[in-house]
Amino acid sequence: MPPSAHWLSLSIWVPIVAGLAVLATGADKNAREARIIALVGAGLGFLVTIPLVAGFDTGTSAMQFVEKAPWIERFNVNYHLGVDGISVLFILLNSFITVLVVLAGWEVIRDKVAQYMAAFLVMSGLLNGTFAALDAVLFYVFFESTLIPMYLVIGVWGGPNRVYAAVKFFLYTLLGSLLMLVAFLYLYNKSGGSFAVLDYHKLPLPLDAQVLLFVAFLLAFAVKVPMWPVHTWLPDAHVEAPTGGSAVLAAILLKLGAYGFVRFSLPILPDASRYLAGFMITLSLIAIVYIGLVALVQTDMKKLIAYSSISHMGFVTLGFFIFNAYGMEGGLVQMISHGFVSAALFLCVGVMYDRMHSRNIADYGGVANTMPKFAALMVFFAMANCGLPATSGFVGEFMVILGAMKFNFWIAFLAGTTLVFGAAYTLWMVKRVIFGEVGNKHVAELSDASARELLVLGLLAIAVLWLGVHPAPFTEIMHASVSELLKHLAVSKL
Amino acid sequence: MTDLRLYLLVPLAPLAGAIAAGLFGRRIGRAGAHWAAIAGVAISFGASCLVFADALNGAEFNGPVYTWLVSGGTRFEIGFLIDRLSALMMVVVSFVSLMVHIYTVGYMADDPGYQRFFAYTALFTFSMLMLVMANNFLQLFFGWEAVGLVSYLLIGFWYTRPTAIYASLKAFLVNRVGDFGFLIGVALVLAYFGPLDYAAVFSRAPAMAHATIEVIPGAPWLLVSAICIGLFVGAMGKSAQFPLHVWLPDSMEGPTPISALIHAATMVTAGIFMVARMSPLFELSETALALVLLIGGITAFFMALIAIVQYDIKRVVAYSTLSQLGYMTVALGASAYSAAIFHLMTHAFFKALLFLGAGSVIIALHHEQDMRKMGGLWKYMLIGAIASVGVPGFAGFFSKDAIIEAVHLSKTPFAGFAWLAVTLCVFVTAFYTFRLVFYAFHGKERFESHDHAPHESPAVVTVPLVLLAIPSICAGWVIGPMLYGDYFGSSIQIAPSHSGLREMAEEFHGVLPMMAHAVKTIPFWLTLAGIVAAWYLYILKPELHVKLRQKAGVLVTVLEEKYARAGSATACGGSAT
Repeated sequence: MPPSAHWLSLSIWVPIVAGLAVLATGADKNAREARIIALVGAGLGFLVTIPLVAGFDTGTSAMQFVEKAPWIERFNVNYHLGVDGISVLFILLNSFITVLVVLAGWEVIRDKVAQYMAAFLVMSGLLNGTFAALDAVLFYVFFESTLIPMYLVIGVWGGPNRVYAAVKFFLYTLLGSLLMLVAFLYLYNKSGGSFAVLDYHKLPLPLDAQVLLFVAFLLAFAVKVPMWPVHTWLPDAHVEAPTGGSAVLAAILLKLGAYGFVRFSLPILPDASRYLAGFMITLSLIAIVYIGLVALVQTDMKKLIAYSSISHMGFVTLGFFIFNAYGMEGGLVQMISHGFVSAALFLCVGVMYDRMHSRNIADYGGVANTMPKFAALMVFFAMANCGLPATSGFVGEFMVILGAMKFNFWIAFLAGTTLVFGAAYTLWMVKRVIFGEVGNKHVAELSDASARELLVLGLLAIAVLWLGVHPAPFTEIMHASVSELLKHLAVSKL
Repeated sequence: MTDLRLYLLVPLAPLAGAIAAGLFGRRIGRAGAHWAAIAGVAISFGASCLVFADALNGAEFNGPVYTWLVSGGTRFEIGFLIDRLSALMMVVVSFVSLMVHIYTVGYMADDPGYQRFFAYTALFTFSMLMLVMANNFLQLFFGWEAVGLVSYLLIGFWYTRPTAIYASLKAFLVNRVGDFGFLIGVALVLAYFGPLDYAAVFSRAPAMAHATIEVIPGAPWLLVSAICIGLFVGAMGKSAQFPLHVWLPDSMEGPTPISALIHAATMVTAGIFMVARMSPLFELSETALALVLLIGGITAFFMALIAIVQYDIKRVVAYSTLSQLGYMTVALGASAYSAAIFHLMTHAFFKALLFLGAGSVIIALHHEQDMRKMGGLWKYMLIGAIASVGVPGFAGFFSKDAIIEAVHLSKTPFAGFAWLAVTLCVFVTAFYTFRLVFYAFHGKERFESHDHAPHESPAVVTVPLVLLAIPSICAGWVIGPMLYGDYFGSSIQIAPSHSGLREMAEEFHGVLPMMAHAVKTIPFWLTLAGIVAAWYLYILKPELHVKLRQKAGVLVTVLEEKYARAGSATACGGSAT
C-alpha cells in the first residue's frame, strides 16, 4: 500500500460528492436516477473503505493512512487525517450502514427522494471525517456538521411531531459540544498553538485543569452517547425520525460520543479520567439497569429500542472506565455490535411501519402468521439484542462484564442484570408483536418482507453472526491501539 | 488430526441438518427436512459411538478448534474436551435425540410447522453437543444459552397459543436469572484464575482453595464457594431446581417430543452435567455442596408431592422430572457425581420413554376412545413407569438406590435432610407414577366417542419406543464399572474426605446381590407401598381418593397452587398476555 493512497479522503469525499450528484437530479420526477446514483455512491463509498482494513497494520498503535495538509495556516489548523485500531472499524461500519440505509429507503421514500438520499450520503462522508480527523478544529467541524443532515432528515421526513424532535435534537447536541470548543481553545493555548490531537495526548496538565476539561468534553460526548441523565432527546428523535434516520442515529451518531471518550477524554486527561471513573461508572450502571427497566414499560416499539440503545451504550462507557483490556475492547466491540443490531431492529420496525403506519406494540400481534420470513429475522435480531452467545450482542457485554469483575464484584453484578432485563424487554415486545393469534385485520393483510427488505436484513444478520461467532479478526485490529491507550492511561500527566 | 475431524462431525452434522431444514425447508419439502435432520443426528450418533468406544479404550482429547477472541492476554477458544464423561453424554444426547427425531415424523405428521420443528430439534442437538463437548467455560456458556434459545423457540412452537408463548417467555427469563448467576461464576473464574480452560482452572484450583474475596466488605468469602454458588445458580435455572423450577411445568406447552428430548432427557440435565464437570471446584467448597444438597432435597420431595394432584398427563411427568432432577442434584451434593451422571443417563432413557409413551396416548385418545386398541403402546409406558419408580432390575432402581445410599453416607451439612427427602420421595414417586398408569389405562369412558377408525401407530412411533425401552431396562446393569469401577477416571475428582462412594464400592458385589439386598432396605418397601397405595386408591376403591381429596382440602389446595399462586401459567398467563 503506497502511503500516498488517499483512502481516508476518498472515504470522506466519495459519499459527499455522490450526495451532491444525487442532489443535482433535482425534483422527484428523476427519483429513479437519484436512487441509482445514491446506491452507486454508497457502494463506492463502502468499497473505498475496504483498503483501510485490508491494508491495516495490526502490529502498530500509530496512526495509519495519515494525510496532512495545511488548512488555515494562520492558526496552524490542518487537514490532518489518520486512523488507528480504535477508529478504523467505525469508518467501515458507517459506510456499510449507509449502503443499507439507501436500500432501505428505496421505495419507501417517495417525497423529495434526491434530497433524502443526498442527506444520508453527505452525512456518511461527514461521519467518516469525524472518525478520521486528527486535528481538533477539523474534528469539531465534522462533529458539528453531521448535525445538519440529521436535523433535516428528522425535520423533513419525520413523523407528526418532527419539528419539536428535530429542534430538541439539534439544541441538545449543539449546546453540549460548545464547551468542547472552549476546551479545544484552552488546549490550543496550553500546547503553544497546536490543534493536533496527538500533541494533546502528550501535554502535561494539572489535575484541576484536567477535571474542568473532562467536564467540558463530558457534556459534549455524554449527550451524544447518550448517557443518563442527558438522554431524553434520543427517544423523541427516534420516534419522529424516518427509519433510515433512526438506523444511522443509533448505529453511528451515538458512537461519536463514545469515540470522543477514547480519542479525547481518556488519553488527554488520564488523571481526571481515573479521578472521575467512579462517577462515570455510576452513570453507566444507571443507564444499564434503570434505563433497562424504563424500556420494559414502553408501548412504542421505537421508544423501546431507543431506551434499549441507551442501556446498551451504558456497557460501552462502563467498559471504557474500568481501565482494562477486556473492558476497553469489549466497549469497542459493543459499539460495533450495537451498530448492527440497533440498526437492524429499527429497520425491522420500519418494515412493519411501512405496512401498518403504527409503531404501537398494541396495534400488532401474530405478525409471524403473515410475515414468517420477516418474523424469523426479527426474532434473530431480538436475540442479538438480548446478548445471546454466537451473536454480536454477546461479545461486548460478556467482555465488559468480565472486565468489570476484575475491577469490582458489584459492578459486574449490576451490569450482569442486563441478562435478565435485556431479555425481558426485548422478548416481551417480540411476544406481543410477533407471536400470538393474528391481532387484527391489518395484521392479517400484511405481506411478508420483500426481496429488498430481506437483502438488507440478511446482510445485517450475516454481520451479527460473524461478529458473534468469530470476533477475533475485529479485536485483532484493536489490540495494539487499545494496549497503547491503556499504557498511556496508567501514566500520570501531572 | 483425524480425531478432531471425527469430533467436529458430531456437532456439525446436526447443524447441517438444521440449516437444511431451516433455511431450505420449503425447497426440500417435508420429507427432505426430516431426512436432513435425521441423517444429521444419525451421523452424529454414529460418530459419538466411535468416540465412546475410543474413550473406553482410554483415549482422551483436549484441544482447541479455533480461537474465538484474544483479549487482555487471554485466549478465548472454542475447543473440545473428550473424556469418558463427555463421551457418555454425547452418546446419550445423540441417541435420545435420534429416537425423538424419528418419533417426530409420526407425531408431528400433520403439523404445518413440520420443517421448522426439525430445524429447531437439530439445532438443539448441535447446541447440546457443543455444551457437553466444551473444554472451557466460554463454550459451555455458548451451549448453555443456545439450548435455552432452542427451548424458548420450541416451547413457543405453536406460537398462536397464548399459553405457549407465555410459557416460552417465562422459561427464557427464568433461565436467564440462572444464567446471570452462571455468568458471575464464570467472570469470577476469569478474574481470579486467568484462563477459562477447564484443565488450567482445575490444575490451579487446589492452590486457590483457601483464597478469599470480600463480596461484602469485611466479610471474606471463600473464592471457590462464590464461584461454585454462582455456577450452581446457573444449574438451578437450567436443571429447574427450586426456586427456579417454575418454568418447567409450563414448558409442557411445547410439543411432546420436545418435552421428552429437551425438558426431560437432555437439556434440563445440563446443570447436573456441568456440576459434575466442575467436581474439582465443588469438592473444595463444603458450603456449595451443602447448598446443592439442600436445594436438591427440596426439589426432589416437594415437586413429587405436586405430581400427586395433577391431572394433566404431561404435567405429572413434568413434576416427576423435577423430582428426579432433585435426586441428581442431591447426588452431586453428596459428592457422588458418578451416581448423578448415572441417574442422568438412566433417567434420560426411561423419562424419554415415558414422555413419548404419553405422547402416543395423547395421539391415541385423540383419534379413538377404545384404549384396548391402542396398539399395545401402554407396554412401553409401563416399562418407563417401572423403571422410574425404581423396581429392582430396571434402570431407575440402580441409579436411585445408589443415590440414596450415597447421601446416607455423606457427612456434608444437610445430608440428613436430603436423605430423608429422597427416601420419602421413593414412596411418593411410586404413588404418583402408578396413579398415572392406573388413570391412563383403567379409566372408564371419560371421553366423548368419535367416529374415528382405530388408529394403528406407525413404525416411526413404535420403533423409537422399543429402542428406548431396551436401555430403560438394562442401562442400570452397568452400575458396577460406572460407579464403583474406574469408569470416569480423572474426569471426576472427589476429595478424600468424601468417602461415601468408596465405602459403597466395598459393599458392592454385583448386580444380582444388589437386587437381592434391596429387599432388605427401606426404599424397596416404600416403592411397593406406593404402588399398592395407588392401586388401592385408584383401582380398588376409586371413590376413596375423591373423599380423601375433599378431606385434605387445604393440603390439596396448597399442592394444586404449587405452593404459590403465581406459579402457574394458567393463574397469571391470562392477565399477562
